[in-house]
Amino acid sequence: MSDRVAVIATHVRRGLFQSAPGVGRHAAIHFVLLIVAFIFALPFLWMASTSLKEATQVESFPPVYIPSPVVWQNYVEALTFLPFHQYFFNTTLISALVIVGDVLSASFVAYGFARLRAPGRNFLFIVMISTMIVPLAVRLLPTFLLFKWMNWVNTFLPLIVPAFFGTPYFIFFVRQFYRTIPQELSDAARVDGASEFRIWWQIMVPLSRPVLIAIGIFAFANVWNDFLYPLVFLTDRTKWTISIALSAMIDATGEDIQFWNLMMAAAFASVAPMVVVFGFAQRYFTQGVTLTGIKG
Amino acid sequence: MATVDASAPQAGGKVRLSASRREALWCYTFLSPWLLGFLVFTAGPIVAVFYLGFTRYNVFKAPQWVGLENYVGIFTDDRLFTITLLNTIYFVVISVPGQLLIAFTLAMFLNTRIHGRGAYRTLFYLPMIVPHAAASVIFLWLLHAELGVVKHLLDVFGIPSPLWFQDENWSKPGIILLSFWYVGQTMVIMLAGLQNIPTHLYEAASIDGANVLRRMWHVTIPMLSPTTFFLLVIGLVTHFQVFTFAYIMTRGGPLNSTLFYVLYLYRYAFKNFEMGYASAMATVLFVLVLAVTGITFGTSRHWVHYET
Repeated sequence: MSDRVAVIATHVRRGLFQSAPGVGRHAAIHFVLLIVAFIFALPFLWMASTSLKEATQVESFPPVYIPSPVVWQNYVEALTFLPFHQYFFNTTLISALVIVGDVLSASFVAYGFARLRAPGRNFLFIVMISTMIVPLAVRLLPTFLLFKWMNWVNTFLPLIVPAFFGTPYFIFFVRQFYRTIPQELSDAARVDGASEFRIWWQIMVPLSRPVLIAIGIFAFANVWNDFLYPLVFLTDRTKWTISIALSAMIDATGEDIQFWNLMMAAAFASVAPMVVVFGFAQRYFTQGVTLTGIKG
Repeated sequence: MATVDASAPQAGGKVRLSASRREALWCYTFLSPWLLGFLVFTAGPIVAVFYLGFTRYNVFKAPQWVGLENYVGIFTDDRLFTITLLNTIYFVVISVPGQLLIAFTLAMFLNTRIHGRGAYRTLFYLPMIVPHAAASVIFLWLLHAELGVVKHLLDVFGIPSPLWFQDENWSKPGIILLSFWYVGQTMVIMLAGLQNIPTHLYEAASIDGANVLRRMWHVTIPMLSPTTFFLLVIGLVTHFQVFTFAYIMTRGGPLNSTLFYVLYLYRYAFKNFEMGYASAMATVLFVLVLAVTGITFGTSRHWVHYET
């Protein structure tokens, strides 16, 4: 079934310029793209370079681009400046549970929206789509009060539990995929006496593996990037996530230029896990966005 | 499949549900997690925030009904609220169309058969995986007024470099630059949209003598408009909620020039613990986002072209 996604994802047709590619035009396009590429890469390069400088080189202007000597020790110092190992653990734990919650709930609910009929289903679907435009900030205060009342503030639960109730964006995503699976498959299973629950778990879930992996990765990226919710719900410093720790670190070091190499090392370390995931799963990232780019 | 009346006795003498009722029950079962989550985490909170907007509430004592006091305060007595609103509109009005324009341009370039387009696409997408907190820290140093690499590059070209986050006129543009770094997702979606435009439309336009610009105006832009519309709505909703960048980089300063809506709301709710006032602000934000999305939808039939 991954073929199907691959077909959808890489359904490349010819575009605008492709009818007449001249050498001169190619050179011009490369020229523009290289400049843009440099601009996009600059923050990464500047971060990497600064993270390996010794303090005196951080302060020099015009800047030293290639650090010498290369100070790997910065990473050790940056990551022990605050107990980052704790924050990595916290963030990883939250991410893992949110991934499980989002993947399970999205595929479960999507099955109802995509494959089963009931009065009011389409209305509920429209309601779900509409909730995507409700600003997070609008829901934040009452949600905070609710979790405070449940004594869940300063636990990971407010960040994890909602994922198990389904994220509309992900539900929509899986639903679109489930609709492409031939109806005969589930009909045959029904004739054999399989319950809807079994059809979902034993037919739909295995068939939709690529999409579920894509969702898992998006959920991971969302949690890893999240800032507002951890900031509000995790005030105890042992419960912080990496993003909150980065923010606390810049508060602590303030305007002190001496610390920029450590700041950059910490920032780089916070990006690293995502870079690793991206390296392994790049096709799922791009497939995912291609699938969501469905035309109205 | 034949529909059997629910009350009709079956061969075994048991009362069975009709196939369609059974299916409906299963359907609701599958929808129930979302439905429950919707009631608890979305619908309930919206009702609650609307109610709390009419109260004074500091979390420790029960909410006290004050009628329209909060709203009167917001609209007549809160100078910072006006500044906040203008800052947010400034950010949205430049950042959202800017991002769409950059994404469109890059997608057009990448929709050619040039070498290394995969590498370019990966690089332009890569910032998407950088947490906003980390990116804020990186840009703070990148745009550092005295030691930043951008200052050096501008010096090399003899361009006077702004003080960025120390200057109230350049702090918002600095944050907007950062938001442009996150153009990758928009670009990839636009690229997918471009690749879905059938070639025969371009061929027909060429036969009619349309040059590159005319083909772009009469084929590409209309055919891409549903994608653009989707991205515009998503962009508006998310950019109205800009928070992390300003929270980490500037804390709203200098001179409140980066005090954005959600940052201000956050302060009222979680620093001053004025939940009632913050709820009224949240309600205003909700209405604002609804109105802007509504207007966008309203204009869509004039410029969004759906294939028939």
